[in-house]
Amino acid sequence: MAILNFGYAISRPRAIDVDNNDLRKSNDIIAEMPELQACIGCGSCTASCTAAAITDFNFRKLHTAVRRGEYKGVYDELSKCMLCGKCRLVCPRGINTRGLVMLIKRKLGDF
Amino acid sequence: MAYRVVIVGGGAAGMQTALELKSRGIEPVIVERDIELGGKVRGWHKLFPTFVPASDVLFPLAQRVKAARVRCFYGQEVTDIASDGVTLRSGERIPADAVVMATGFTLFDAHRKQEYGYGLYDNVITSVDLERMMNGGGVTLADGTKPQRIAILHCVGSRDEKVGQRHCSKVCCITGVKQAIELREMFPDADIFNFYMDIRMFGPGYEELYREAQEKYNIHFVRGRISEAAETIDKRIQIKAEDTLTGRPLRMTIDMLVLLVGMSANYENEGIAQRAGLELAPNGYFKTVDNFLGAVSSNRRGIFYAGAVTGAKSLADTLAEASLTASAVDDYLKEVFNK
Ligand code: SF4
Ligand code: SF4
Ligand code: SF4
Repeated sequence: MAILNFGYAISRPRAIDVDNNDLRKSNDIIAEMPELQACIGCGSCTASCTAAAITDFNFRKLHTAVRRGEYKGVYDELSKCMLCGKCRLVCPRGINTRGLVMLIKRKLGDF
Repeated sequence: MAYRVVIVGGGAAGMQTALELKSRGIEPVIVERDIELGGKVRGWHKLFPTFVPASDVLFPLAQRVKAARVRCFYGQEVTDIASDGVTLRSGERIPADAVVMATGFTLFDAHRKQEYGYGLYDNVITSVDLERMMNGGGVTLADGTKPQRIAILHCVGSRDEKVGQRHCSKVCCITGVKQAIELREMFPDADIFNFYMDIRMFGPGYEELYREAQEKYNIHFVRGRISEAAETIDKRIQIKAEDTLTGRPLRMTIDMLVLLVGMSANYENEGIAQRAGLELAPNGYFKTVDNFLGAVSSNRRGIFYAGAVTGAKSLADTLAEASLTASAVDDYLKEVFNK
């Protein structure tokens, strides 16, 4: 009897797979900017972001994904940032968010 | 002769400490900077989480202090303290056998968060302004009309590196929930939104009240910090935030913005601590010996703390702590003088 294929086996899992994600880049980034771990996810960076006002760019989501070892598409997405630095003015954790954009790009250059 | 203990500050902490000392046969003396007792609770409308009028706590306390004939100095600022007394700004010294610091906290000045327009836009107010309005003539917009849409912003001047206030002020989350419910009762048809980053409901009945605010009072909770407010041409306020749970920027026009201002350490702490050899915590509050058995003791024997002078605290916690302070003072006096 043929085994019914419900499609479960072939779709890419949606879960963030922390077991298998390569956290080396993420750890590298955090090592250079430890204060990034202090992010409370308040969304001020995204709320004030010049690029987010006109595109679906969401910096909070991007840097959170990077910290989880999810790098796919991040480098290209970050090219929407115009490095205006508004996000840095509002971050309540004092994270150098503008510098973070450049740091992530530098570290993820080959993704 | 009874031992004499000078208590610096006649707010809830100072009054309760005085009463507890008195009942132990110790003579308390309160030095209050203001012209009457009560501290920050004065002018407050109702207390979380039970909506008990603040005056129901304050008046009995002040009455008891009066009935106990506690000696009070009014309009006197203490500039220096030591274990054997305090010095007033006038230069006068009040000798004592021990000293209790109960000078509380300073409200965060909302002007410092310029991006929210406090002092610039008519209908941006603080949580303290709101209490005063409720306590006085009632809540209206600057032009006397009713607000249709209100936003309450958590963590203003707390957890914010930008204004040098790293700590959580602890009481503003529950205050925001309480005020949202009070606003709902005043304005049944208004839309009310609380913008928060974390909801901290640490006390008994707090989480329950939060849930009630959501279910029964239909308060909307949006997870995201307002990044800026701007006045529109018709004197409304446009706010921007990220609705972090949908991951999208959010924009909204409201009639009134309430800023939940935090509790900061008093500016005077630094000088007083330096001259008395007392340790301060990094956020400027006085530092206790530890958080457990030394929670009301300073690093200088004979100097004790009560209430929010060592960190943000609710009124309930402050009153409870005052008993602990009195007991620590009593132990100290017995140990040092009754050998
Ligand atoms: S620097 Fe980039 S991420 Fe930051 S506000 Fe400007 S465009 Fe947005
Ligand atoms: S503003 Fe700072 S704390 Fe808030 S989400 Fe962005 S990086 Fe995190
Ligand atoms: S109690 Fe709530 S509103 Fe106040 S500082 Fe802490 S998290 Fe922010």
